[in-house]
Amino acid sequence: MTGANGFSVSGYGPERSSWSRLFARDSLARRLDWPILFSAVALSLIGAALVYSATRNRTELNQGDPYYFLFRHLLNTGIGFALMIGTVWLGHRTLRTAVPILYGLSVFLILLVLTPAGATINGAHAWIVIGGGFSLQPSEFVKITIILGMAMLLAARVDAGDKPYPDHRTVLQSLGLAAVPILIVLLMPDLGSVMVMVIIVLGVLLASGASNRWVFGLIGTGALGAIAVWQLKILDEYQINRFAAFANPELDPAGVGYNTNQARIAIGSGGLFGTGLGKGSQTTGQFVPEQQTDFVFTVAGEELGFVGAGLILVLLGIVLWRACRIARETTELYGTIVAAGIIAWFAFQAFENVGMTLGIMPVAGLPLPFVSYGGSSMFAVWVAVGLLQSIRVQRPMSA
Amino acid sequence: MTNIPETGRTPRVQIRLVVIQILVLSLLGTLGGRLWYLQIRNGDEYAKEASGNHVQQVVSPAVRGSILDARGVPIADNETRLVVSASRTDLLKMDDDGKAVLTKLAGVLGLKAKDVIDKVRLCDAKTPQPCWNGSPYQPIPITDEATPKQALQIRERAEDFPGITAEPQAVRRYASPAKANTAQVLGYLSPVTDDEITKAKDTDSPYLRSDQVGRSGLERQYDKELRGKAGVTRYEVDNLGRVIGQAKSDEAQPGANVVTSIDSRVQRVAEYELNEAMKVARTEYDKNTSENYKADSGAVVVMESKTGRVVAMASNPSYDPNAWVGGISGKDYARLTGKGSNYPLLNRAIQGQSAPGSIFKVIPTAAAVNAGYSFDGPYQCASSYSIGGQVFKNFESKGYGPISLGRALEVSCDTVFYSLSHEEWKRDGGIKPKKNAKNWFYKTAHQFGLGKETGIDLPNEVTGRVPDRQWKQDYWKANKDAWCKYGKKGGSYAQQIAYENCLEGNRMRAGDSVNYSIGQGDTLVTPIQMATIYGAISNGGTLYEPTVGKAVVSADGRSVRQIEPKSNGKLPMSRKTRDEIDGALEGVATRGTAAWRFGGWPQDKIPMHAKTGTAEVYGKQTTSWFATYTEEYSVVMTISQGGTGSGASGPAVRKIYNALYGVSEEGKIDKRKALLPTPQKKLPKIEADGSIDAPKVGVYPPKAEKKAVEEGQALTGADPAATVPANNTGNNRDTRRRAARPRKRRRTLT
Repeated sequence: MTGANGFSVSGYGPERSSWSRLFARDSLARRLDWPILFSAVALSLIGAALVYSATRNRTELNQGDPYYFLFRHLLNTGIGFALMIGTVWLGHRTLRTAVPILYGLSVFLILLVLTPAGATINGAHAWIVIGGGFSLQPSEFVKITIILGMAMLLAARVDAGDKPYPDHRTVLQSLGLAAVPILIVLLMPDLGSVMVMVIIVLGVLLASGASNRWVFGLIGTGALGAIAVWQLKILDEYQINRFAAFANPELDPAGVGYNTNQARIAIGSGGLFGTGLGKGSQTTGQFVPEQQTDFVFTVAGEELGFVGAGLILVLLGIVLWRACRIARETTELYGTIVAAGIIAWFAFQAFENVGMTLGIMPVAGLPLPFVSYGGSSMFAVWVAVGLLQSIRVQRPMSA
Repeated sequence: MTNIPETGRTPRVQIRLVVIQILVLSLLGTLGGRLWYLQIRNGDEYAKEASGNHVQQVVSPAVRGSILDARGVPIADNETRLVVSASRTDLLKMDDDGKAVLTKLAGVLGLKAKDVIDKVRLCDAKTPQPCWNGSPYQPIPITDEATPKQALQIRERAEDFPGITAEPQAVRRYASPAKANTAQVLGYLSPVTDDEITKAKDTDSPYLRSDQVGRSGLERQYDKELRGKAGVTRYEVDNLGRVIGQAKSDEAQPGANVVTSIDSRVQRVAEYELNEAMKVARTEYDKNTSENYKADSGAVVVMESKTGRVVAMASNPSYDPNAWVGGISGKDYARLTGKGSNYPLLNRAIQGQSAPGSIFKVIPTAAAVNAGYSFDGPYQCASSYSIGGQVFKNFESKGYGPISLGRALEVSCDTVFYSLSHEEWKRDGGIKPKKNAKNWFYKTAHQFGLGKETGIDLPNEVTGRVPDRQWKQDYWKANKDAWCKYGKKGGSYAQQIAYENCLEGNRMRAGDSVNYSIGQGDTLVTPIQMATIYGAISNGGTLYEPTVGKAVVSADGRSVRQIEPKSNGKLPMSRKTRDEIDGALEGVATRGTAAWRFGGWPQDKIPMHAKTGTAEVYGKQTTSWFATYTEEYSVVMTISQGGTGSGASGPAVRKIYNALYGVSEEGKIDKRKALLPTPQKKLPKIEADGSIDAPKVGVYPPKAEKKAVEEGQALTGADPAATVPANNTGNNRDTRRRAARPRKRRRTLT
């Protein structure tokens, strides 16, 4: 919960002007993107119900309190909501000025993970245990700083009117800025987050108007990098097995194929309307591992059926659709790039997360935005929502 | 506000943003499509898989019901034994396929290691017994006769015996009260096969892997009733097998008891006397074949004439049905089914068919009357009858002059029936039948229920055969190719016969109809058919469907389903003809062919009716038939290669009647000694706790007599019985036979 502190640090930017802007005549109510806000809240609340259903029987996790995870998920949502308000209040432009500090802080945190302060949770060495039952996954926040940092570099000359597109030098700089934290995260290794970050970089480059050569170059490098990762055996055996199980789900149903098999059975057995919340036998029987986090979508599939699971996809669709509008309608490239980075992030993470439960993507430990249980992820996505809102709210005030 | 803003926005960025938007939406569309595919299109499949995922079944087998005799004496029940079994699945996990464990186990049990290892291999075409013919997933019983000490050794050192269990189990027992083993009527059990499990899966009585299934006799006929319903408790479990859900449970329902009409005491007499008669027959010299009679098999049926209920049914050679319990040994299996075994598993009372000889004559008698011939005649009883140079002799070539049909029955005059049948054959058009041929003699046989099953409640009954014109045609069609190939004019006797058959085997010749009229030639009947017919003559003409089962009573005695006598129709004869034949058959017993066997019989108190038969079989010695009835019972006995009807079977049948009615050899009736002067009407009482008050079963033959018999046997030295001993390996089977049974045994079915 303290994870977002880095972003709620105040004291930068013209606080007064922000304040007045926020309460200017009709502006906030009129300019806020209500569909995104509504969808994000709805997703978080649905997530709370699903997390509750998945964890109420898991006494080994919930310390005997069936509402433990429900409460904490709602708390995370509340904190996330507050962070969103803070972000809108500060404004994405104000945050641009804070990028060097935010970037430095987040790189420091992920470096901390590599020290003895870091902890391995569920096979990923990506956590810092703070104590008191709290832990932090800094790679979630790195996603935001990469977006903000690259947007700042790439948009600076263009928004100033010097150039129509970012030049090669600027692109190179921005890629270097992204590469540092990505390489650190790769060392953890938190492969899922690396994948998301690479996609974010791709989205950012696309939206920046950088030359096609950079875009295809990045795609090529990504492919080469994947081969290198494979060949250099950076992957752990469990990660290789996940891919093998994806290629052939019947392989060893009690072992590595178990997760995907059980996930698919849970979703498939839901049918049109599902079994009803708390009545799914796959969920109640705890046949799907990590069901409150990475596999939370299976709860929706089994207990809410095609209707409920489809609703989640529709709500995510609304968020992404509106985000695309925001990206297209803002007048400054900076806002466009930030919005595009967030779109790439949300879209890929949602596709990978839901796709792996449906058996069309290999298993990777990524949370479903808003829905999965997990503080760091929840805070990060709400800050992202705040950034989107801020871009929309500040749109007419062109630089 | 979707217009392109005027500042800082280039078409390239705008186009790329649209591309991103399309890409994002198509990703979500992909997810939605996949979700529909899993949940709507294949939803049922996954739902089934999910329910299989988390339901665990715990099965408790049902106790098999008992088979009781008419008075409640159990003839098949269960006893608790210590069964040591091996799990093949566990054994195969070991490096040496469990050989070391089995060898160690053999040491504890005092068996040979090889025998134990052989017992757990699976049966196939190449594997001789012993082998396991049940499901490979089911624990395979090694022995069901472990001592408590052996069981303790195995259980206390469980780590030394992985995959081996020693547990008390209810095991089938064929109690053989008073040594009446009733083997072929009871049948036997063997483990259920995979095929049967698959087939019965969706029926209302599915099998368990551990089930035993009735394979013949009553065990098979009433298998569904006896088996009961296994208890199944369904637990919903989580991924670690912990019970989380509501447990749904169906309690085991013990199998129902089948009350039969068999009286164990009469059964014992029937089995014993049949065996004795066959032993005696083997000491008789047959002058036709110049050697002693072989008496290789025989059967006897005692039936209630007014209901068709079977009181006793014996088939010889016999066997000990306990040989099947706990898996049959290789030796026993060979003894029961091998070529040299003479097939003791056959129930010759319903599965043995042979020419009936003269006991058939009641049928042509009725046929002649139906065809319009007068009962009184007179008809010439010549010593022989010739057709176109072929001479058909009377039995022992004796003539009696002009006599009635009744007298012809009494003295068993063949020539009277020859001429009647021949005349009818000519009337029907002879070798070329008329279109509207009456076929009286054949039609009547069918109306007597011959040529088809009686419908007795025992499996695999055979039909016998009425060799009518249709049959001749069918038989010729099926065999003419072989006949025509083998047949040769002027060849050996057999070749000549084949040649003739090839030419006109489809036609009924005069000789065929003549042979048929006295139950010879191609005519075949079973003892149960003849018992039904003679019972019908006794009861006034009703052909009953014979039954062994009398009632199915639930384990707690509350629900009783009576098996009522069922009529298969009436004999095709008028009341008058019935009375005339009845009179003639009484004459057979008092002054005819059977009179010498019923010397001193209290005919005034218990009117006896009989008909003897001596059937000739090509290449074999004569078959002895003896069909009798009183008001209450019909008794039919046959001995293959046993000699004449009255000679071989007569004394045994007389002794059965003696026992039924308490008649001494001198003809005095002692009601106290009578086993069953009138048929058992009441059903035995089964208490709510499953216990049954069973009366005592006396020893037969009575002790003094038995002693003498045994001494006689000791002198001959060899095993005198035709019975095939099920097991004389001497190791363990004998332990299960109980020397004496408690007077009133309370049995509890749990």
